[in-house]
Amino acid sequence: MATLGDLERSALERLWDASGPLTANEVRDALNAGSERSLAITTVLTVLTRLERKHFVRRERGLRPHVFIPLKSRDEFVADLMHEALGAAPDRQAALARFVTLAGPDETAALKRLLGAD
Amino acid sequence: MLAASALLAALAVALAWPVPLVLVRAAWPDASPGLALVVWQSIALAGVLSLLGALLTAGLAPFGPHLLAAGAAFARATAAGRLPSGTTVPALFGVSAAVLLGAHLAGNLAFTAVRAQRQRQRHLDLVLLLSTPLPDLPATRLIDSPAPVAYCLPGTAKSVTVLSAGLLDLLSPQEVDAVAGHERAHVAQHHNLVLVAFRAWRIALPWFPVANRAQDEVGLLVEMLADDQARRLVPDAVLARAIEAVASGGVATGVPGDPDARTPSADATSVARRVARLIAPPAPLPAAIRRLVVLGSVALVVVPAVLLALPAVLG
Repeated sequence: MATLGDLERSALERLWDASGPLTANEVRDALNAGSERSLAITTVLTVLTRLERKHFVRRERGLRPHVFIPLKSRDEFVADLMHEALGAAPDRQAALARFVTLAGPDETAALKRLLGAD
Repeated sequence: MLAASALLAALAVALAWPVPLVLVRAAWPDASPGLALVVWQSIALAGVLSLLGALLTAGLAPFGPHLLAAGAAFARATAAGRLPSGTTVPALFGVSAAVLLGAHLAGNLAFTAVRAQRQRQRHLDLVLLLSTPLPDLPATRLIDSPAPVAYCLPGTAKSVTVLSAGLLDLLSPQEVDAVAGHERAHVAQHHNLVLVAFRAWRIALPWFPVANRAQDEVGLLVEMLADDQARRLVPDAVLARAIEAVASGGVATGVPGDPDARTPSADATSVARRVARLIAPPAPLPAAIRRLVVLGSVALVVVPAVLLALPAVLG
């Protein structure tokens, strides 16, 4: 049984893979393709609405039926995430506890000396 | 009451300036980071309490023989919509300053905690969508990025540790265990709560350089505490190598298309201090001294309260 989180990830991946905006029906067909499950359209709409609320996809309301578009490419989202994770985004450090904050070149040289330059 | 106020003011000044500087320069925190963390929390709490207490006792001095009586008299009069007899401008200033400063600090703590929680939630949303669970490690997820990073997202319900593909490429399996153990320790010991409190303190008092130093130092101490947990899993040298590899690997790799991400940390000595204490462990403080430091930290918080309550008890 896939969790809602897994479904969100799968749905977003289908939208990234698609060449253009997809309707909820198209997302459902893509999710059902090659798998034994058959998701109900209401489930897919729930998943897409959650993605919209989290600002991962945009709903184009001008058309009927509505189509869904990823707000950014996968690489752009990963870059956002890493940006925050590395503490480059100002005022974000409080939320995360990083293993190591980035070292400057001087510090790196000092560390190498400490560790016997192996 | 004025004598108590003067004593509290002297304590507040000592805790705001000379005491933290002595602690920053001391060598023993590297040997006993947990003890140093207790002292920092005690300094921060006692400093705020004594400052508020000094203002309040000075401001309320005209209205009664001790703080409780004077406070009650002042509250009764103001609730009735008038100023109590004997009100002076300095007295009003003292009371208002204490109330405003107290509200400012409390409000800032709440604001900072709520904002940190929101940022964590947003980041967690990103992580859950972009990462895959690591089967070998519980509550650990892998993000497909070449930059070596490891961090934890402490949560109220569940916490997540995030490792990057770049980190797994860079480190040996044993070093990865060290990193995962380090991150689990942050979660288990609730370090995020201490960090948020000191962060709020710094934001609330931007004109106060010691708050900055305190935040940096406390941030480093919780890293050392987490290192100490990781040392139970792997030899010290392995952990030291992992820290060094991640610290310098971050510079070499960075994030594709994101030059800003290479910005070095503000405190360039912190990683070196962590590695140095693993390679040449500093001598621990003697047990007697440790006990004294704990007693002193408790006294620091209790003494201002006693100074305030004593006149009431003695009548």
